[in-house]
Amino acid sequence: MPVRHKAGTVKSKQGSTSQSKAPAAKGPKAAIKKKDDEDGTEMGDGADEWLQGKTLVKPPDQLDLTEAELKEEFTRILTANNPHAPQNIVRYSFKERAYKTISSVDQLAVHFVLEGNLLHKDSDEARRQRARQGLQEEIIVETNAEETEEEISETPVDGAEDAGETEEGGAEERPDSVEVKAGKKEQKLTNQFNFSERASQTLNNPLRERECQTEPPPRANFSATANQWEIYDAYVEELQRQEKNKEKQKATSKKDDEKVKKKTMQVETQSDDISKVSKAAKIIERMVNQNTFDDIAQDFKYFEDASDEFREQEGTLLPLWKFQYDKAKRLSVTALCWNKVYKDLFAVGLGSYDFTKQGRGMLLYHSLKNSTFPEYIYPTPSGIMCLDIHDQQTHLVAVGFYDGCVAVYNLKEKSLEPVYKSTAKSGKHTDPVWQVKWQKDDMDNNHNFFSVSSDGRVVSWTLVKNELVYTDVIRLSVGGAVSDGLEAMQIPTTACGTCFDFHKQIDYMFLIGTEEGKIHKCSKAYSSQFLETYDAHNMAVDAVKWNHCHPKVFISCSSDWTVKIWDHTIKNPMFTFDLNAAVGDVAWSPYSSTVFAAVTTDGKVHVFDLSVNKYEAICQQAVVAKKKTKLTHIEFNPLYPIIIVGDDRGYVTSLKLSPNLRRKPKEKKGQEVPKGPEVEVAKMEKLLSLLREPDISPQN
Amino acid sequence: MDTAESKKEEADYKRLHSFPLIRHTDMPEEMRVETMELCVTACEKFATNNESAAKMIKESMDKKFGSSWHVVIGEGFGFEITHEVKNLLYMFFGGSLAVCVWKCS
Repeated sequence: MPVRHKAGTVKSKQGSTSQSKAPAAKGPKAAIKKKDDEDGTEMGDGADEWLQGKTLVKPPDQLDLTEAELKEEFTRILTANNPHAPQNIVRYSFKERAYKTISSVDQLAVHFVLEGNLLHKDSDEARRQRARQGLQEEIIVETNAEETEEEISETPVDGAEDAGETEEGGAEERPDSVEVKAGKKEQKLTNQFNFSERASQTLNNPLRERECQTEPPPRANFSATANQWEIYDAYVEELQRQEKNKEKQKATSKKDDEKVKKKTMQVETQSDDISKVSKAAKIIERMVNQNTFDDIAQDFKYFEDASDEFREQEGTLLPLWKFQYDKAKRLSVTALCWNKVYKDLFAVGLGSYDFTKQGRGMLLYHSLKNSTFPEYIYPTPSGIMCLDIHDQQTHLVAVGFYDGCVAVYNLKEKSLEPVYKSTAKSGKHTDPVWQVKWQKDDMDNNHNFFSVSSDGRVVSWTLVKNELVYTDVIRLSVGGAVSDGLEAMQIPTTACGTCFDFHKQIDYMFLIGTEEGKIHKCSKAYSSQFLETYDAHNMAVDAVKWNHCHPKVFISCSSDWTVKIWDHTIKNPMFTFDLNAAVGDVAWSPYSSTVFAAVTTDGKVHVFDLSVNKYEAICQQAVVAKKKTKLTHIEFNPLYPIIIVGDDRGYVTSLKLSPNLRRKPKEKKGQEVPKGPEVEVAKMEKLLSLLREPDISPQN
Repeated sequence: MDTAESKKEEADYKRLHSFPLIRHTDMPEEMRVETMELCVTACEKFATNNESAAKMIKESMDKKFGSSWHVVIGEGFGFEITHEVKNLLYMFFGGSLAVCVWKCS
C-alpha cells in the first residue's frame, strides 16, 4: 500500500504538476493573446518563442506516462480533519474509573506563529503610549494611522509588499516608522489610479576658465631739474626765438618778391624727389601706353577702311582712344579745343549744362600720346562753359565759367590758379559765359580775347600786366539792331548771346547766335548796331562757325534739331538739315570746304559732305556706350583725319574718319594740292551757285 | 636809481615771462592744450599755495584722463620719474614756477 500510495502520490504529483503546468502554460499564453488583442499587433512570435523555451525544459527523471494514465483522475477531498492527529487517544476517565477513547480530537495545527505589536488605536495600550509621547505626536500618529489604514485598504494588491514592509518596519519601532511615513506622505498625494512619474534633468553648461594677460601700457623715464636759472634761461631763449620769428615775418612782408622766391624754393625742395624723375616717368608712362594701346595707334596711323571702296558714298567712323578722368566723371564735356601747335594735344572743359546741378568744373589737357591720364589738370570752383587756346601762345588758354567769370590759365605756371581772372569789379559777366575766342594781339601787342554771355554783353578782354582790362564791344537787345536813334527811349531788353565766331579774313566782322534763335552779323566798330540779323532758328543757337575756306559761308546749329548753312550776304539759309535730335555742336572740317560734322543729343555723329550728298549725311553713327549719353561737342583735328567728341558723362572719344569722309585730298592729290584753298572755295562756290539761282529767281 | 631800475627790470621780466612755456611733453595736441590751460588756471588761482594748485591739477586730471596722475609744482627741484608714454607734461609758468604733470599707475 505505501508503495502504491507513494507511486500514487508521485503520480498525483506528476499529474498535478503537469496539469498545473498546462494551465500555467496556457495562462500566460492566453494572457498574452489577450494582451495582443488589446495592444494590437505589438507583440508577435517573440512571446511564443519565450513560452516554448519554458515548456521544453524537463527534468531528466520525469516519468513517461501513457495517455490513459495521464487522463486518470484522482479525486482528493479536503476535510477539516487533521490527518496527523491521532485517532485513537485513550485517556483514563476518573469519573467512570476506566480507560476510554476520546472521541473529539483537536484538529487544530499551528504551522506559523508571529507575534505582532500592532495596537488598535483605541486600545488601552495605545492610549498609554500616546500619553507618554506627548500631544503633537499623538495627533500626527492619529492622522497618519488613519491614512495608513486607508492606504492599505485602498491598495490591497500592489501595496501588499509595502504593507509588509511597513509592518516589519513597524515591528521594529512603531512610532518612528510612523513618523517617517508621515514625512513621506505629507509631500505629495499622487493619483493612485493613473500615475506615472516623470523626471528630466537638463544639462548643466560646463564651466570653462579663460584668462588673458595684457601688456602694460608703455612707460618712459624722464628727469630734469627745475630751478630759477633753468627757468630763466628757457624763457629768454623762447623770447629770442619769438623775436626772430617776428623779424622774419617783417622782412618777408616787406619784400614780396623774396617771399615768392622763397616759397617757390620751398616748393621745389619739397617736390624735389618727384621732379627729378618726372620727365623719365612721363616717358615711361607714354611708352607703356603706347605698348598697351598699340593696336589703336596702328589704326590711327595706318588703318583705312577697305570697305569704303564698295560703299559708294557713305563712310564710317572708327573709334580710337577714349579719354576720361576719374575725378571728372560726373561732369559733362562743355568745351573742346585742339592745340594749334602741338597737334596731339587738346583741352577739355568740364562743367554742367544742367543749371540745377551746377558746381565744380575742371580743365583738362589730354594728349593722343597718353590716353589714360590728362597731361594737365586744373580743378575749378565753377563749371567751365567754354575755352579757347591761343593760336600762337599755346600755353595760354582762355576759359569762361558758369558764374560769369572769364579766366586765363598759363600752362607754364606751376600753380593751379589762373594767371588772370575777371572779378565783379572788373566787369565780369552776370550770366554764364558761353564762348570765348582769342583775337589777334592789339596795337600794344597785348593779348586779348572776346567773350559772350547770356547777359547780352560781348566783352573784349585785354591782358595787361597783372590784370584783365575789359571793354564792352556790344550789348545785344531783343529789338534787333537799335539803329534808329531812339535807343535812349527804348527799354533795353537784352538778348542772350550763346555763341559767336569771327570771320577768318575780315577782321572786324563776327557773328553772334542768341538764345532767341537769331543770328546777328556784327562789326567790332559799331557797338550798337547789327550789320545783319538772320531769323535762323526756333530755339537757342548752339553754335555758329565760319567756313575755313570760303569767306562767305557759315554754319549754325540749334536745339531745334536743325543745322543750317548760310551765305552771309543772303538772309535765307542755303541748306537746312534736320537731324531728328537737338544738335549740340557743329564743326567744319579743316581739309575741305564742303565737309562738316555735327553731334546730336541722341549720341550720334553726323558727317556731311555737300559735294557728295546735298541732302543726307554720308555718315551717321552712334558713338556712345550708353543709350542716354548725350554728345555735346565735336572738333576736327587740324592735321590728322580724326575728330574728338565729348559727351555729358565726361568722356571724350576720338574717332577716325574713313576714306570716304575725306575723299577730296586723295583724289586730286597730284594736280590740286598747291592751290588747295582756291579749289575748296571754287567747290563751295559751285554748290552755292547751284542754289542761289533758284533762290534768287523767285526774289527777282 | 639802481633799485628802481632793477624793479623795472623785474616787472619787465615778470610781464614778459608770464606766459606758459612747455619745456617737454609727449602728449597729443588736444590733451596738451587742455592740460596746459588747467595748469595755468590752477597756478593763477593758488598763486601762493603750490600744494593746493598741485592738488587741483591732480584731481582734475584724474577726472578727465583717468586716475593716477602726479603733479609737482615748485621753484626748484630735481626729479626722475617713470611715466606712461603720451602722458607727460613739463612746463614753466610765470617766470619762476616749474610744473611737472605725469601719469603712472
